[in-house]
Amino acid sequence: MFDLSGKCALVTGATGGIGGAIARALHGQGATVALSGRQAEKLEALAGELGERAHVAPCDLGDLDAVDALPKQAAEAMGGLHIVVSNAGVTRDGLMLMMKPEMWDEVIRVNLTAYFRLAKAALRGMTRQRFGRIIAVASVVGVTGNPGQANYAASKAGMIGMTKSLAAEVASRNVTVNCIAPGFIATAMTGALNDQQKEAILSKIPAGEMGAPEDVAAAAVYLASEEARYVTGQTLHVNGGMAMI
Amino acid sequence: MSDLAERVKKIVVEHLDVDPAKVEPKASFIDDLGADSLDIVELVMAFEEEFDVEIPDDAAETIQTVGDAINFITEQKK
Repeated sequence: MFDLSGKCALVTGATGGIGGAIARALHGQGATVALSGRQAEKLEALAGELGERAHVAPCDLGDLDAVDALPKQAAEAMGGLHIVVSNAGVTRDGLMLMMKPEMWDEVIRVNLTAYFRLAKAALRGMTRQRFGRIIAVASVVGVTGNPGQANYAASKAGMIGMTKSLAAEVASRNVTVNCIAPGFIATAMTGALNDQQKEAILSKIPAGEMGAPEDVAAAAVYLASEEARYVTGQTLHVNGGMAMI
Repeated sequence: MSDLAERVKKIVVEHLDVDPAKVEPKASFIDDLGADSLDIVELVMAFEEEFDVEIPDDAAETIQTVGDAINFITEQKK
Protein backbone atom coordinates (compact mmCIF):
# COMPACT_ATOMS: atom_id res chain seq x y z
CA MET A 1 0.00 0.00 0.00
CA PHE A 2 0.89 3.65 -0.43
CA ASP A 3 3.36 2.95 -3.23
CA LEU A 4 4.35 6.22 -4.90
CA SER A 5 6.69 4.80 -7.56
CA GLY A 6 6.53 6.81 -10.76
CA LYS A 7 4.96 9.80 -9.02
CA CYS A 8 6.63 13.22 -8.93
CA ALA A 9 6.14 15.40 -5.87
CA LEU A 10 6.97 19.05 -5.19
CA VAL A 11 7.39 19.92 -1.52
CA THR A 12 7.70 23.54 -0.40
CA GLY A 13 9.33 24.42 2.88
CA ALA A 14 11.50 21.33 2.55
CA THR A 15 14.19 22.97 4.69
CA GLY A 16 11.88 22.84 7.71
CA GLY A 17 11.29 19.96 10.10
CA ILE A 18 7.89 18.93 8.75
CA GLY A 19 8.68 19.67 5.08
CA GLY A 20 11.91 17.68 5.25
CA ALA A 21 10.13 14.74 6.86
CA ILE A 22 7.39 14.84 4.21
CA ALA A 23 9.97 14.89 1.41
CA ARG A 24 11.83 11.95 2.96
CA ALA A 25 8.64 9.96 3.44
CA LEU A 26 7.33 10.53 -0.10
CA HIS A 27 10.76 9.67 -1.47
CA GLY A 28 10.85 6.59 0.73
CA GLN A 29 7.62 5.38 -0.88
CA GLY A 30 9.24 5.63 -4.30
CA ALA A 31 8.30 9.13 -5.42
CA THR A 32 10.64 11.49 -7.24
CA VAL A 33 10.80 14.69 -5.23
CA ALA A 34 11.55 18.35 -5.94
CA LEU A 35 12.65 20.12 -2.78
CA SER A 36 11.78 23.78 -2.51
CA GLY A 37 12.71 26.34 0.09
CA ARG A 38 14.71 29.50 0.57
CA GLN A 39 18.04 28.00 1.65
CA ALA A 40 19.64 26.30 -1.35
CA GLU A 41 22.46 24.67 0.65
CA LYS A 42 20.04 22.96 3.02
CA LEU A 43 18.04 21.69 0.06
CA GLU A 44 21.20 20.42 -1.62
CA ALA A 45 22.17 18.62 1.58
CA LEU A 46 18.79 16.90 1.79
CA ALA A 47 18.86 16.00 -1.90
CA GLY A 48 22.34 14.56 -1.41
CA GLU A 49 21.11 12.47 1.48
CA LEU A 50 18.16 11.14 -0.52
CA GLY A 51 20.31 10.36 -3.55
CA GLU A 52 18.48 9.40 -6.72
CA ARG A 53 15.08 10.86 -7.59
CA ALA A 54 15.73 14.08 -5.65
CA HIS A 55 15.86 17.53 -7.24
CA VAL A 56 16.34 20.98 -5.81
CA ALA A 57 14.08 23.92 -6.70
CA PRO A 58 14.88 26.93 -4.51
CA CYS A 59 12.10 29.51 -4.26
CA ASP A 60 11.18 32.39 -1.95
CA LEU A 61 7.43 32.12 -1.43
CA GLY A 62 7.34 35.81 -0.62
CA ASP A 63 8.03 36.34 -4.34
CA LEU A 64 4.68 35.39 -5.86
CA ASP A 65 5.94 35.49 -9.45
CA ALA A 66 8.52 32.90 -8.50
CA VAL A 67 5.74 30.80 -6.93
CA ASP A 68 3.79 30.90 -10.21
CA ALA A 69 6.81 29.51 -12.03
CA LEU A 70 7.70 26.85 -9.45
CA PRO A 71 5.40 23.97 -10.49
CA LYS A 72 6.54 24.19 -14.11
CA GLN A 73 10.16 24.35 -13.06
CA ALA A 74 9.69 21.32 -10.81
CA ALA A 75 7.80 19.40 -13.49
CA GLU A 76 10.60 19.99 -15.98
CA ALA A 77 13.23 18.83 -13.52
CA MET A 78 11.31 15.70 -12.55
CA GLY A 79 9.61 14.89 -15.86
CA GLY A 80 6.13 15.33 -14.44
CA LEU A 81 4.15 16.62 -11.48
CA HIS A 82 1.56 14.57 -9.62
CA ILE A 83 1.77 15.68 -6.01
CA VAL A 84 2.17 19.17 -4.59
CA VAL A 85 2.70 19.65 -0.88
CA SER A 86 2.25 23.27 0.12
CA ASN A 87 4.03 23.19 3.43
CA ALA A 88 6.02 26.41 3.72
CA GLY A 89 4.76 28.78 6.34
CA VAL A 90 5.85 31.61 8.58
CA THR A 91 4.71 32.98 11.92
CA ARG A 92 4.79 36.61 13.11
CA ASP A 93 3.13 36.23 16.48
CA GLY A 94 1.79 39.00 18.67
CA LEU A 95 -1.42 40.05 20.34
CA MET A 96 -3.72 41.53 17.77
CA LEU A 97 -3.94 44.85 19.61
CA MET A 98 -0.22 45.19 18.96
CA MET A 99 -0.10 43.51 15.56
CA LYS A 100 1.35 45.68 12.83
CA PRO A 101 -0.38 45.48 9.45
CA GLU A 102 2.90 44.25 7.95
CA MET A 103 2.84 41.25 10.29
CA TRP A 104 -0.62 40.41 9.05
CA ASP A 105 0.21 40.94 5.38
CA GLU A 106 3.38 38.88 5.39
CA VAL A 107 1.79 35.86 7.03
CA ILE A 108 -1.24 35.94 4.74
CA ARG A 109 0.97 36.34 1.68
CA VAL A 110 3.41 33.53 2.43
CA ASN A 111 0.95 31.07 3.96
CA LEU A 112 -2.28 31.64 2.07
CA THR A 113 -1.64 33.57 -1.13
CA ALA A 114 1.38 31.47 -2.03
CA TYR A 115 -0.75 28.33 -1.58
CA PHE A 116 -3.33 29.79 -3.97
CA ARG A 117 -0.69 30.67 -6.55
CA LEU A 118 1.10 27.33 -6.20
CA ALA A 119 -2.08 25.25 -6.48
CA LYS A 120 -3.35 27.28 -9.42
CA ALA A 121 -0.11 26.90 -11.33
CA ALA A 122 -0.03 23.15 -10.67
CA LEU A 123 -3.65 22.52 -11.65
CA ARG A 124 -3.34 22.87 -15.39
CA GLY A 125 -1.16 19.84 -15.73
CA MET A 126 -3.07 17.88 -13.11
CA THR A 127 -6.50 18.34 -14.67
CA ARG A 128 -5.07 17.48 -18.07
CA GLN A 129 -3.39 14.30 -16.90
CA ARG A 130 -6.49 13.42 -14.86
CA PHE A 131 -4.47 12.86 -11.74
CA GLY A 132 -3.29 15.11 -8.98
CA ARG A 133 -2.79 15.34 -5.27
CA ILE A 134 -2.63 18.75 -3.64
CA ILE A 135 -1.83 18.64 0.04
CA ALA A 136 -1.65 21.75 2.19
CA VAL A 137 -0.10 21.78 5.61
CA ALA A 138 -2.46 23.92 7.66
CA SER A 139 -2.58 23.92 11.46
CA VAL A 140 -4.85 23.05 14.34
CA VAL A 141 -4.99 26.76 15.17
CA GLY A 142 -6.72 27.39 11.85
CA VAL A 143 -9.67 25.58 13.38
CA THR A 144 -9.35 26.39 17.08
CA GLY A 145 -7.74 29.85 17.02
CA ASN A 146 -4.86 30.75 19.30
CA PRO A 147 -4.12 33.94 21.23
CA GLY A 148 -1.15 35.74 19.71
CA GLN A 149 -1.68 34.14 16.31
CA ALA A 150 -4.59 36.00 14.73
CA ASN A 151 -2.66 36.32 11.47
CA TYR A 152 -1.37 32.75 11.42
CA ALA A 153 -4.72 31.25 12.42
CA ALA A 154 -6.50 33.31 9.76
CA SER A 155 -4.04 32.17 7.10
CA LYS A 156 -4.48 28.51 8.06
CA ALA A 157 -8.28 28.76 8.24
CA GLY A 158 -8.11 30.37 4.81
CA MET A 159 -6.12 27.44 3.47
CA ILE A 160 -8.77 25.05 4.74
CA GLY A 161 -11.58 27.01 3.09
CA MET A 162 -9.70 27.29 -0.20
CA THR A 163 -8.96 23.57 -0.08
CA LYS A 164 -12.64 22.68 0.21
CA SER A 165 -13.64 24.96 -2.66
CA LEU A 166 -10.91 23.75 -4.97
CA ALA A 167 -11.59 20.12 -4.06
CA ALA A 168 -15.17 20.53 -5.24
CA GLU A 169 -14.02 22.15 -8.49
CA VAL A 170 -11.56 19.47 -9.59
CA ALA A 171 -12.84 16.25 -8.00
CA SER A 172 -14.21 15.09 -11.35
CA ARG A 173 -10.68 15.21 -12.78
CA ASN A 174 -9.26 12.77 -10.26
CA VAL A 175 -7.45 15.58 -8.49
CA THR A 176 -7.83 15.58 -4.72
CA VAL A 177 -7.12 18.54 -2.48
CA ASN A 178 -6.71 18.07 1.25
CA CYS A 179 -5.20 19.69 4.31
CA ILE A 180 -3.18 18.23 7.10
CA ALA A 181 -3.59 20.13 10.36
CA PRO A 182 -0.67 19.38 12.67
CA GLY A 183 -0.99 20.16 16.33
CA PHE A 184 2.20 20.83 18.26
CA ILE A 185 5.06 19.14 16.47
CA ALA A 186 8.66 19.27 17.72
CA THR A 187 10.35 21.52 15.11
CA ALA A 188 12.29 24.77 15.02
CA MET A 189 8.95 26.62 14.96
CA THR A 190 7.84 25.12 18.31
CA GLY A 191 11.43 25.06 19.61
CA ALA A 192 11.13 28.83 19.98
CA LEU A 193 8.61 28.36 22.80
CA ASN A 194 9.82 28.73 26.41
CA ASP A 195 9.47 25.94 28.99
CA GLN A 196 6.41 27.48 30.58
CA GLN A 197 4.66 27.68 27.22
CA LYS A 198 5.64 24.11 26.41
CA GLU A 199 4.27 22.87 29.72
CA ALA A 200 1.00 24.67 29.15
CA ILE A 201 0.72 23.09 25.72
CA LEU A 202 1.54 19.58 26.89
CA SER A 203 -1.16 19.77 29.55
CA LYS A 204 -3.70 20.10 26.72
CA ILE A 205 -2.45 17.14 24.68
CA PRO A 206 -4.02 13.82 25.69
CA ALA A 207 -1.15 11.93 24.05
CA GLY A 208 1.14 13.67 26.57
CA GLU A 209 3.86 14.64 24.12
CA MET A 210 4.49 16.75 21.09
CA GLY A 211 4.22 15.04 17.75
CA ALA A 212 7.17 14.23 15.51
CA PRO A 213 7.53 15.54 11.94
CA GLU A 214 7.25 11.90 10.82
CA ASP A 215 3.71 11.75 12.21
CA VAL A 216 2.72 14.51 9.82
CA ALA A 217 4.70 12.96 6.97
CA ALA A 218 2.76 9.70 7.31
CA ALA A 219 -0.47 11.62 6.80
CA ALA A 220 1.00 13.20 3.66
CA VAL A 221 1.99 9.79 2.30
CA TYR A 222 -1.56 8.57 2.79
CA LEU A 223 -3.20 11.58 1.15
CA ALA A 224 -0.75 11.39 -1.77
CA SER A 225 -1.44 7.72 -2.37
CA GLU A 226 -3.75 6.01 -4.83
CA GLU A 227 -5.53 4.54 -1.81
CA ALA A 228 -6.75 8.01 -0.76
CA ARG A 229 -8.40 8.69 -4.13
CA TYR A 230 -11.88 9.03 -2.56
CA VAL A 231 -10.75 11.47 0.14
CA THR A 232 -10.96 15.12 -0.88
CA GLY A 233 -11.69 18.50 0.67
CA GLN A 234 -10.79 17.11 4.07
CA THR A 235 -8.59 18.27 6.90
CA LEU A 236 -6.68 15.46 8.54
CA HIS A 237 -5.81 16.43 12.12
CA VAL A 238 -2.54 15.08 13.49
CA ASN A 239 -2.47 16.47 17.00
CA GLY A 240 -2.32 13.78 19.68
CA GLY A 241 -5.93 14.47 20.55
CA MET A 242 -5.49 18.11 21.59
CA ALA A 243 -8.47 19.09 19.44
CA MET A 244 -11.08 16.59 18.29
CA ILE A 245 -13.07 18.08 15.47
CA MET B 1 -14.85 24.27 -42.59
CA SER B 2 -11.45 25.90 -42.64
CA ASP B 3 -8.37 24.08 -41.45
CA LEU B 4 -8.43 26.09 -38.21
CA ALA B 5 -12.08 25.24 -37.64
CA GLU B 6 -11.34 21.56 -38.22
CA ARG B 7 -8.58 21.64 -35.62
CA VAL B 8 -10.88 23.34 -33.12
CA LYS B 9 -13.53 20.73 -33.81
CA LYS B 10 -11.08 17.90 -33.34
CA ILE B 11 -10.04 19.22 -29.91
CA VAL B 12 -13.67 19.62 -28.85
CA VAL B 13 -14.61 16.12 -30.02
CA GLU B 14 -11.65 14.56 -28.24
CA HIS B 15 -12.01 16.51 -25.03
CA LEU B 16 -15.76 16.27 -24.59
CA ASP B 17 -16.07 12.86 -26.21
CA VAL B 18 -19.05 13.92 -28.31
CA ASP B 19 -20.43 12.99 -31.74
CA PRO B 20 -18.49 15.04 -34.34
CA ALA B 21 -21.76 15.79 -36.12
CA LYS B 22 -22.92 17.80 -33.12
CA VAL B 23 -19.86 20.03 -33.12
CA GLU B 24 -21.04 22.84 -35.37
CA PRO B 25 -20.31 26.56 -35.02
CA LYS B 26 -23.55 27.43 -33.26
CA ALA B 27 -23.28 24.56 -30.78
CA SER B 28 -23.02 25.77 -27.18
CA PHE B 29 -20.39 23.93 -25.16
CA ILE B 30 -22.57 23.76 -22.07
CA ASP B 31 -26.11 23.53 -23.49
CA ASP B 32 -25.49 21.38 -26.56
CA LEU B 33 -22.28 19.48 -25.87
CA GLY B 34 -22.65 18.66 -22.18
CA ALA B 35 -19.58 20.54 -21.00
CA ASP B 36 -19.24 21.92 -17.49
CA SER B 37 -17.44 25.13 -16.59
CA LEU B 38 -14.20 23.26 -15.88
CA ASP B 39 -14.40 21.64 -19.35
CA ILE B 40 -14.48 25.12 -20.87
CA VAL B 41 -11.39 26.16 -18.95
CA GLU B 42 -9.63 23.01 -20.11
CA LEU B 43 -10.73 23.56 -23.72
CA VAL B 44 -9.36 27.08 -23.59
CA MET B 45 -6.05 25.71 -22.29
CA ALA B 46 -6.01 23.15 -25.09
CA PHE B 47 -6.70 25.86 -27.70
CA GLU B 48 -3.89 27.97 -26.27
CA GLU B 49 -1.48 25.10 -26.74
CA GLU B 50 -2.67 23.94 -30.13
CA PHE B 51 -2.71 27.40 -31.68
CA ASP B 52 0.03 29.04 -29.60
CA VAL B 53 -2.22 31.92 -28.58
CA GLU B 54 -2.95 33.57 -25.25
CA ILE B 55 -6.61 33.61 -24.29
CA PRO B 56 -7.03 35.99 -21.33
CA ASP B 57 -9.48 35.00 -18.58
CA ASP B 58 -12.04 37.67 -19.50
CA ALA B 59 -11.98 36.59 -23.15
CA ALA B 60 -12.32 32.96 -22.14
CA GLU B 61 -15.60 33.82 -20.43
CA THR B 62 -17.06 35.04 -23.73
CA ILE B 63 -16.29 31.77 -25.50
CA GLN B 64 -19.62 29.95 -25.22
CA THR B 65 -19.97 28.22 -28.58
CA VAL B 66 -17.73 26.38 -31.02
CA GLY B 67 -18.10 29.38 -33.35
CA ASP B 68 -16.98 31.77 -30.58
CA ALA B 69 -13.80 29.74 -30.20
CA ILE B 70 -13.11 29.61 -33.93
CA ASN B 71 -13.70 33.36 -34.29
CA PHE B 72 -11.54 34.27 -31.31
CA ILE B 73 -8.61 32.15 -32.44
CA THR B 74 -8.96 33.36 -36.04
CA GLU B 75 -8.76 36.96 -34.80
CA GLN B 76 -5.72 36.16 -32.66
CA LYS B 77 -3.89 34.49 -35.53
CA LYS B 78 -4.32 37.48 -37.89
